[in-house]
Amino acid sequence: MPQVTLTVNGKRHTVEVEGRTLLVELLREKLGLTGTHVGCDTSQCGACVVHVNGDSVKSCTMLALQADGASVTTIEGLAKPDGTLHPMQEMFREHHALQCGFCTPGMVMSAIDLVNKHPEGLTEAQIREGLEGNLCRCTGYHNIVKAVAAAWPLMHGKTMPAAAE
Amino acid sequence: MYDFAYHKPASIADAVALLAGDPEARPLAGGQTLIPVLKQRLNKPSKLIDLSGLGLNRISVSGNALSIGAMTPHATVANSADVQRAIPALAKLAGGIGDNQVRNRGTIGGSLANNDPAACYPAAVLGLGATVVTNKRRIAADDFFQGMFTTALEPGEIITEVVFPLPVEKAAYMKFAQPASRFALVGVFVAKGPAGVRVAVTGAGQNGVFRQREMEAALTARFAPDAIANIKTPPDQLNSDIHGSAEYRSHLITVMAKRAVAAAA
Ligand SMILES: Cc1cc2nc3c(=O)[nH]c(=O)nc-3n(C[C@H](O)[C@H](O)[C@H](O)COP(=O)(O)OP(=O)(O)OC[C@H]3O[C@@H](n4cnc5c(N)ncnc54)[C@H](O)[C@@H]3O)c2cc1C
Ligand code: FES
Ligand code: FES
Repeated sequence: MPQVTLTVNGKRHTVEVEGRTLLVELLREKLGLTGTHVGCDTSQCGACVVHVNGDSVKSCTMLALQADGASVTTIEGLAKPDGTLHPMQEMFREHHALQCGFCTPGMVMSAIDLVNKHPEGLTEAQIREGLEGNLCRCTGYHNIVKAVAAAWPLMHGKTMPAAAE
Repeated sequence: MYDFAYHKPASIADAVALLAGDPEARPLAGGQTLIPVLKQRLNKPSKLIDLSGLGLNRISVSGNALSIGAMTPHATVANSADVQRAIPALAKLAGGIGDNQVRNRGTIGGSLANNDPAACYPAAVLGLGATVVTNKRRIAADDFFQGMFTTALEPGEIITEVVFPLPVEKAAYMKFAQPASRFALVGVFVAKGPAGVRVAVTGAGQNGVFRQREMEAALTARFAPDAIANIKTPPDQLNSDIHGSAEYRSHLITVMAKRAVAAAA
């Protein structure tokens, strides 16, 4: 069987996979990282979003072998070892941006990529558009948008530029 | 998904040899179309040939052309300063495909090879009169798209880059997105450049992307939204499905074309 070597949340792994093994299957079934969810398995819902070399991707729509040599971050890799949450997780909690929590891991991973890639600031419309690939059946999105806007200053260490608000 | 062998060649010659040696082998680009298709078992390739190791993720501008490598993701095209400067409408189109995660993986070459009748890039490539370059030849956009999910590509032929002629004087793409999939219910790309005035329509035609030549003639005479306000596209050549009738799509083509001309002017 082919082998894939990749770094997940800072730890290097070499795993035997099939050609058809999806990245999400590698994460959940081989590495036991079940924080990454599968909602649709048809590339629509975003519950499976992880970061591959810093970019958010749907891990149900990527082969494990395509991640050979890559650095992958999952929801489990966000909090500090002492349990301190990532600012995005903290703001999701603070603003009640989750109910059942099923979409939350993917939503948080997409939101972090979005904030990272917009150091100039984000409008509410940009946040909504930026999360188009993530579906939530519970919250109505409103509190998720608030949480992302609240995480921006914490992640960039400054207040959101006025023009972007 | 049925299982397959996975190969990641390091040169175009190796990729072409792997494909030539096995008629059941298929190229893999961003996988944003191919992996969902494989999950549905609509396709049973023996091998997937991953094109990501061939150095085809690149963008360059020379005096009279913008070249985009086949493996360049939509997000890279959308954020490229070169593309934004040379053909801002193309950067904007790329930034409107699917969602951020699809744009981080999906590529221009994969989109063109797939030629989905509702895809965005075919409208830009046809509307700008671009050239699709493969491992063995250069194919004009007018010859490349040959109907729904059908292109001029031969078995085993690989798109290496797409060349857009410059300077583009005016261009804009307007998409009426199908609200669930984000694909085009109707999308119209309007351009005035080295290939003349062109109007390319995606999402609507029974045979995929097509040029609306009556609008092209009217806009060549006068590039203004009201020049095409009364031009109707005959519905008998258009798609009808649960998302919209052929008559509705015909109406949308004129609306989207007018908006594109207004945005480009
Ligand atoms: C949720 C979602 C929303 C989307 N929304 C849109 C949208 O709004 N507009 C839009 O246009 N598209 C949309 N897409 C499709 C997306 O743009 C795909 O990325 C694209 O159609 C295929 O590109 P890919 O790189 O992923 O190709 P792949 O899926 O890897 O390949 C597609 C096909 O092309 C072949 N191929 C790939 N590269 C080459 C090459 N260089 N030479 C020869 N053959 C090749 C493959 O063998 C395969 O048959 C969406 C997809 C998803 C999942
Ligand atoms: S599980 Fe991957 S997008 Fe829904
Ligand atoms: S919190 Fe339940 S799906 Fe989003």
